[in-house]
Amino acid sequence: MQLEYTEQQNAFRKEVRAWLAANVPTEPLQSFDTELGFQQHREWEAKLYEGRWGMITWPEEMGGRGADLLQWLIFEEEYYAARAPLRVNQNGIFLLGPTLMEYGTEEQKKRFLNGMATGKDIWCQGWSEPNAGSDMAAIRSMATLSEDGSHYIINGQKTWSTRAVWADWCFGMFRTDPASERHKGLTFILVPLETEGITVRPIPQLDGLPGFAEIFFDNVKVPVDCRLGGEGEGWNVAMATAGFERGLMLRSPARFQETAKRLVNLYKANQESADQDPAVRDAVLRAYMDAEAYALTTYQTACRLIQGGKIGAEASTNKIFWSELDQQMHGLGLKILGARAELLPHAPDAGDVGSWLDGWLFAQSGPIYAGTNEIQRNIIAERLLGMPRK
Amino acid sequence: MDFTFSEDQLLFQESVKDFLMNEVTPETIRAAWQTDTGRSDGLWQQFVELGLTGITVPEAFGGLGMNELDFVLLAQEAGYVALSEPLVHSALVAVPTILQLDNSEFSAQWLPKIAAGEAKVVVGLAINGLVEDAHIADLMILESGDAVYAVTQDQATLRYNESIDLGRKLFSVEFDQSVATKLAGGEFAQNIIAGALNRGALAAAAQALGATQRMIDISVQYTSERKQFGVAIGTFQAVKHHMANVAYKLEYAKTPVYRAAYALANGLSSAERNVSHAKIVACEVADLAAKNSIQVHGAMGYTWEMDLHIFMKRAWALNSSYGTAGFHKQRLAAYVFSDDALLGAGNTFAA
Repeated sequence: MQLEYTEQQNAFRKEVRAWLAANVPTEPLQSFDTELGFQQHREWEAKLYEGRWGMITWPEEMGGRGADLLQWLIFEEEYYAARAPLRVNQNGIFLLGPTLMEYGTEEQKKRFLNGMATGKDIWCQGWSEPNAGSDMAAIRSMATLSEDGSHYIINGQKTWSTRAVWADWCFGMFRTDPASERHKGLTFILVPLETEGITVRPIPQLDGLPGFAEIFFDNVKVPVDCRLGGEGEGWNVAMATAGFERGLMLRSPARFQETAKRLVNLYKANQESADQDPAVRDAVLRAYMDAEAYALTTYQTACRLIQGGKIGAEASTNKIFWSELDQQMHGLGLKILGARAELLPHAPDAGDVGSWLDGWLFAQSGPIYAGTNEIQRNIIAERLLGMPRK
Repeated sequence: MDFTFSEDQLLFQESVKDFLMNEVTPETIRAAWQTDTGRSDGLWQQFVELGLTGITVPEAFGGLGMNELDFVLLAQEAGYVALSEPLVHSALVAVPTILQLDNSEFSAQWLPKIAAGEAKVVVGLAINGLVEDAHIADLMILESGDAVYAVTQDQATLRYNESIDLGRKLFSVEFDQSVATKLAGGEFAQNIIAGALNRGALAAAAQALGATQRMIDISVQYTSERKQFGVAIGTFQAVKHHMANVAYKLEYAKTPVYRAAYALANGLSSAERNVSHAKIVACEVADLAAKNSIQVHGAMGYTWEMDLHIFMKRAWALNSSYGTAGFHKQRLAAYVFSDDALLGAGNTFAA
């Protein structure tokens, strides 16, 4: 154990910090759940790519830096500390990208990775269906191979597809074997959203913005070379993606440490009123501890992975921990703000309410998406602890 | 940056675990409750033979010269078996306290004997009130007033206080300051006391992690076997979630404990707040493990016959030893709410 950064790591941090200081927009971008904001964030992705900061863990020949997970954590720390824009293409670069590198053909890698990296192609996910939520194996949307074997015909419906409204591509799972059930007979397919027969219906989220959407497929023709992995092997490919999602790449500790810092400062600025409820001080301290613990455990996992370990059911412990922490912290922020908490930031008498309300709304989704926390608890009980399934 | 234990450290943990699982069983624990001292010379002798009594004793004094980080996984395993012999106390509190006194004559007098199993030394702090294992100590190092004293059995009057955890032997110790040997006073004494407190809290936290894991294991086994409605009760989601809640929180209690051990071993200025964080969360998860474990055991968990209570009671006792949650939260808060606090991303390993 050696809990100090190497000189190389410190130098890397400096380099990241300097680039961000010179390039992070001084005015915050609009929400990427608006058309303008989406475009602004797409441009930001292009800028990151130019500086080779878009996806530093990718190999150099693909526009990355071949960075290890510790460098990634350092990068994320600097990124959140600099209050740089959220990543509109996280589905692509953090989820699909690594999956493509593992399962894609050379041709597919050439075709998709660069557009993903530059922000030219923004990706959304197509997992959930009206009757396949936590029970993802209940997917019924069909992809039927054409007689000449050149393309799939897709029919069905996907839902809760984040950023689908303005995205360019969708990746997801479709049933290619009509006789199959559950995890078998599913295939992972990449679908251009421009294709004829696709209808995207925006769904307004809690904040009223169309952050996600339903996608309807009506005889949608997709070339067979858009299949990722073998036919009927979609579940395994998807599990790799879900593993990345719940695991390290999606919710880096830096994000929560920055929220905890803002929470401590908010508490200190409003201490007199906040202390009327003695539980608040304790909860702020708790937020600090939990954010630190999340960082420590993530560092431990990163070190293990670098030394050749694999991420397993502990991805589920991560997901529960950060999503519930995020809710607690933002709920606490609102509590401290008191009567002003319900006001939108632009309301004339809102004062400096910051983004606590926005964060609170977003935090509601954490325990639900990427597999509800109830599902994660089942996974922990069965796979980590070995409790009986039946 | 490497937040993992070495191969050697993990191997040592495994071998000590194997040994403890064989030698410290619920049966031997129950048998020890019936004896006069509650302590076994035979077991202590085995610790000596394995080198465990000398792990943190410097090589010059006949030990292995290892540190808090090397011992923390062993303390965890001691918690897993609810070890009552003062091995963890000796290695993590008594020996480092003697070293911190920086008195070569005193060190030469006691450390070789500790390593060789010829003497047991215990440290008593005001924060605990009572002194653990005073009855078998050849020497007590006691906080009294603003000073630290060395007290022998013939200089002290002990009064036994029974704990609900029958493995813990707690004593009030009275002694005459004019007869005992004053080891430290003033600011030096305060440093000695703070060091002992931090190491004692780390020891309690590490043992709480072990006790938590034991309660999880016992409960998983019980709920996998116990049937109701024709199926193992461990198949019920409500039961699963009780255990999953303990398991995931345990993961986020372990790393603060390891970080605290590292900070103490390396003399980092962050050690005090790292220890407080560790103590709060480790004891909290042990508390939750006790609560959820008795619940999934149903009425069986409420009995003396089931072994679960051995570990529940240890968890409850550790909760407030070497500082209550309140004490440690205040210490941590003093840092977090200060203007000097290094908060936010990138400061995780700031000392």
